[in-house]
Amino acid sequence: MKTKLQNNVAITVIRVIAALVVLILAFLLGDILISGIPHISWHFLTAASQSFTSGGGIGVQLFNSIYLLILTLIISFPISLGAGIFLSEYAPKNIFTATVRMAIEVLSSLPSVVVGLFGFLLFVVQMDMGFSILSGAIALTFFNLPLLTRNIEESLRAVPDLQREAGLSLGLSKWKTVTKIILPEALPGIVTGVVLGAGRVFGEAAALIYTAGQSATNINFGNWNPFNSTSPLNLMRPAETLAVHIWKINSEGVMPDAAAVSAGSSAVLIIAVLIFNFSARVIGNQLYRKLTATK
Amino acid sequence: MGINKYDFNEKNILKFDSNEHELAIVTKNLQVFYGDKHALFDGDLEFERYKITSLIGASGSGKSTYLRSLNRMNDNVARVEGEILYRGLNVNSKKINVYEMRKHIGMVFQRPNPFSKSIRENITFALKEQGLKNKKKLEEIVETSLKDAALWDEVKDDLDKSAWSLSGGQQQRLCIARTIAMKPDILLLDEPASALDPISTSKIEETLVELKKRYTIIIVTHNMQQASRISDYTAFFHLGHILEYDKTKHIFTTPKVTATNDYISGNFG
Repeated sequence: MKTKLQNNVAITVIRVIAALVVLILAFLLGDILISGIPHISWHFLTAASQSFTSGGGIGVQLFNSIYLLILTLIISFPISLGAGIFLSEYAPKNIFTATVRMAIEVLSSLPSVVVGLFGFLLFVVQMDMGFSILSGAIALTFFNLPLLTRNIEESLRAVPDLQREAGLSLGLSKWKTVTKIILPEALPGIVTGVVLGAGRVFGEAAALIYTAGQSATNINFGNWNPFNSTSPLNLMRPAETLAVHIWKINSEGVMPDAAAVSAGSSAVLIIAVLIFNFSARVIGNQLYRKLTATK
Repeated sequence: MGINKYDFNEKNILKFDSNEHELAIVTKNLQVFYGDKHALFDGDLEFERYKITSLIGASGSGKSTYLRSLNRMNDNVARVEGEILYRGLNVNSKKINVYEMRKHIGMVFQRPNPFSKSIRENITFALKEQGLKNKKKLEEIVETSLKDAALWDEVKDDLDKSAWSLSGGQQQRLCIARTIAMKPDILLLDEPASALDPISTSKIEETLVELKKRYTIIIVTHNMQQASRISDYTAFFHLGHILEYDKTKHIFTTPKVTATNDYISGNFG
């Protein structure tokens, strides 16, 4: 009898805790969405922001967030793919590998504001890159690299060794086995990790305040020459992202509708992150089916 | 009942007269070490071409270790010393291109390990990587190797389905088909039926008996009935030593070594 009672108590406690977690999440999401969604309109999503008058939008910030995310992925994905493959498939067990692993772990636990300040000192000031998208993308790469490397390494490791043996026993080289057998099998996990990481990068503010800057300069969406300073693609222009925008409005916003803009921006940010999370699952599953020919 | 201590010098190792028998592969003085642990001692065996040779022995006797050394699958986990002579070449030498060698000495593993690809691609994948592009030729090889592995009739309409949709026994036959698609000389099998049910096992056995017309087969098995049913020669391994190697019927009826006799009568292992 006592065992049964203990069991019931334990299960109830666990259920309550789980429900609490869901409740907190639902409350947070609900609050942000309910207060934000009424402010979202096509105009809000596309118009330029206003500093002193109401009726401003978040068009530039939204574009900046997406562009910065893409740049960050372009820089960080190849590096972490290489590092992940090395760590999972080639790294011998020695001091060097242990140091690399340790470095990755330390890097992943750095507070993002520290990454931001470091980026500010090194890229913005020392290397004279100014507040720019490029500085921001490199800072975000520091932030994203350890997570992505770990994710890729773990996805590769999750592929059974039997698959490696199968490749080698057919006379394939180790490199071919890794790239043509192991990598495709790990790809769904890798993609899921990349997209989840993208969600984090998308919502990051602290690392960007001192690197990509806090101003949304006027950009001309008719001009796609990346070397022109008003072009959206220009790498050296300062670029306030959506997350930074929210932070800025709430700390020093003087427009009359600051609260509404902030609520709307938060809702857009949350929706974007949710889309990332869901699409991570969908894309991961579909890729797996496609690559493994499971119908 | 504890394991008796056997005299490792009491051996009966068959040697072939090279004038009468064609040899596929020969090992001389093969030693395998896992770190400091000496796992295989003085491996001296000769394998006749187009025959099935079984390697039997208890768990930890070194039979799989020996088998995996033959096509250098132990390269990264163990240190292998001694000679493995294949077509007069010592394939245990550093100068050997192991990837090329493994096309000649193929391997099938204990647990089925098809690639996470379609049935067709499982067979064509390695061929394509070698540069075989001709579609018609590839289709031909898919068909013949699946037929050789006695799987064709069961999968011929489902070639584009995932290999994982097959049953365990079918997967294992697919792995055999994939290996023989490379046209190897020698087929190494590491307990290929130990994870399978009796019906799948007997199908694999029939397949192997059919295959020995064109391949030299060396098979590690836990199952003594299997060894006696399909193999021409049997080697008995004990604690890293090869104690007896002879015609299968001699091993199972009139073994000359005490340890072999105890093992086949079920006294240990």
